[in-house]
Amino acid sequence: MTAQTVKLCETCPAYDASALKRLGVKVGAANYVVALAGNPNTGKSTIFNALTGLRQHVGNWPGKTVARAEGGYDFNDRQYKLIDLPGTYSLLSTSVDEEIARDFILFGKPDVTIVVVDSTRLERNLNLTLQILEITDRVVVALNLIDEAQRHGIQVDARHLSRRLGVPVIPMAARRLQGIPELLQAVEQVAKGLYTTRPHRVHQFGAKLERALNGLIAQIEQEYPGLPNARWVALRLLDADASIEQAIRDHRLGELNRDIEAASTEKAAPAEVVA
Amino acid sequence: MSTPLPILEKAQRLRAELGEDYHDKLMEAIYADAAQIAESSMSRSSRHASPSFDRALDRALTHPVGGFLTMGIMFFVVFWITITGANIPSRIFGDLLLDQLYTLLHGIASALGTSPWLSGLLIDGVYLATAWVVSVMLPPMAIFFPLFTLLEDFGYLPRVAFNLDRLFAAAGAHGKQSLSMMMGFGCNAAGVIATRIIDSPRERLIATLTNNFSICNGRWPTLILIGTIFVGGAAPPALASLVAALSVVAVAGLGIVMTLLVSWGLSKTWLKGVPSVFSLELPPYRPPQILRTLYTSVIDRTLIVLWRALMMAAPAGAVIWLTSNVVIGGVSIAGHMVNLLNPLGLLLGLNGVILTAYVVAIPANEIVIPTILMLTLTLGRNIAGAQSGVMLELDEGQVYSVLTQVGGWTLLTAVNLLLFSLLHNPCSTTLLTIWHETKSRKWTLVAALLPLGLGVAATFTTTMLARLF
Repeated sequence: MTAQTVKLCETCPAYDASALKRLGVKVGAANYVVALAGNPNTGKSTIFNALTGLRQHVGNWPGKTVARAEGGYDFNDRQYKLIDLPGTYSLLSTSVDEEIARDFILFGKPDVTIVVVDSTRLERNLNLTLQILEITDRVVVALNLIDEAQRHGIQVDARHLSRRLGVPVIPMAARRLQGIPELLQAVEQVAKGLYTTRPHRVHQFGAKLERALNGLIAQIEQEYPGLPNARWVALRLLDADASIEQAIRDHRLGELNRDIEAASTEKAAPAEVVA
Repeated sequence: MSTPLPILEKAQRLRAELGEDYHDKLMEAIYADAAQIAESSMSRSSRHASPSFDRALDRALTHPVGGFLTMGIMFFVVFWITITGANIPSRIFGDLLLDQLYTLLHGIASALGTSPWLSGLLIDGVYLATAWVVSVMLPPMAIFFPLFTLLEDFGYLPRVAFNLDRLFAAAGAHGKQSLSMMMGFGCNAAGVIATRIIDSPRERLIATLTNNFSICNGRWPTLILIGTIFVGGAAPPALASLVAALSVVAVAGLGIVMTLLVSWGLSKTWLKGVPSVFSLELPPYRPPQILRTLYTSVIDRTLIVLWRALMMAAPAGAVIWLTSNVVIGGVSIAGHMVNLLNPLGLLLGLNGVILTAYVVAIPANEIVIPTILMLTLTLGRNIAGAQSGVMLELDEGQVYSVLTQVGGWTLLTAVNLLLFSLLHNPCSTTLLTIWHETKSRKWTLVAALLPLGLGVAATFTTTMLARLF
């Protein structure tokens, strides 16, 4: 980038990168907790590094990150704690890496979950995105690797995708730091509640299943009023998800609900959920 | 369980009503929506750019025969560049740190009138051990890690995993084990954590127990050095670095063979079962970001490994110096240890010094070579009583002469050391990680004793064979 374009960009209101302070691992009491989720090898660690200034090792192969990495950044005078989750194809199966990702999104209660999506493999990546949208509505989709998609002759209409998913969709080429300022803004807007998401929910289950589901949701809502993802909990219970059943047994699900009611600006660090 | 759980009961009742295919229906619904949304937001232009290149490359790199051949050549070239390239800087470091600076430090110490005990402890112990680590380990690591990271960044590792998948399936293990094995080539502790991607507990345990057969960062320097000075040295000079590189590839390759064999053995006996099916994604090839790769691999791998080695070597140097200079009953403590382990060592075609070094090096394999050199020299001096100072340049030729003349090494010792370096207990960090991940003392113990037992068996066998013929 030449000096002049830098200057022009800085005068544009959308460009707010100067407001970004990379905090590395030195996050104190963060105002917002942001999770980074997505399929393996979509660039989560690259985005993590770009935002935090940390140098998590980035490898071009799936399954490289299997534990959580944490870092932080400061944007427009708000501190964000960023958690890089293991890359997974789904949240429905039982391997430890998927459980870490799923448990964090559910029990860690991130204020925003960034779902990193590989534009060259949109359909498969959306499977995970839809599953995450069943759990939480505070999602920003980072439509990454658009440069690679273009090279392969693929165009993704980010606006259309955003309308369909009901959450912000930011086209990015994270390796070249393209789209980082836009991502920061979208995360801020969702975190502060300035952007109201209307998450897509899967509704093609058939009448019989839908009836069973609604009955269970009603009972869950009665037991845990205000639980943000009763529908998802019901879906998992019907699937005999052992860890969700356990969460009900030891009342973690109830706590989930209470914490949300007592929402404050100073968020405590999320509980350690790694098994 | 005191409170009744109506929700769980209701869920169970509904589950029975819905029948078996609930999970599939759920997945189908999600997939259908994803497909529909993806389709409607995507457009393909007619000009298809490079996937044909990617595909052609994939066909070559994952070819049933060609793939393995390329793999062998690729790793051979990496080691050959490492070994040839590390020679010169190693010599410069050795000259600077082990000869000039060492002499200077001793000069300063005697000018200040420091007591021989203190200068011995600090200069011959702490300083020399750390200086050895720097000059022996830094140059090969600074070449090897960036090369390896470039291959990784390019997207080659998943292809290796793909090639090996068939073998792992045949061994009754999970194909993803090839990925945790790859990770183990960096660090076994990281490799053990990487087994989290395997969902079946049985296959995950197999992957955990066999991860140690991947040569880790801490062991590459030992292999490269011993391969260079003994195996390479035994070949004609023109072929020396080729043979040296081949020997390192052979040991690393043997590690992969051991991984497969032991996985097969475990899945047939202790951990019986059928391998599960999975899909492995081959990510697109990406042009490596050379400068960033160099930077991160130097910072993340080279310097961290070096730092770890130094942190271990400095106190170990002091301990070794002390144990070799504190004399009980006419023999130093280190001497007692070495004498105790010597019969076993000789039986395995190694010696007491090497086994002692492996005991000292349980926290970090990086210090095996410095420890061996120090013990060989200090004990040699004490026993012979003739050598006054520890004058040593770490010229490879001199390492060779120290080990052969003072230590009494032969080519057999070197080969056995290469084998033992592959087959021995994991370092303490890895063991701790295994315990953390398996939550089982039994499996942690197995993870420690299984490779050690194999190492004893392997070195014993080669020694017997060598003595027979």
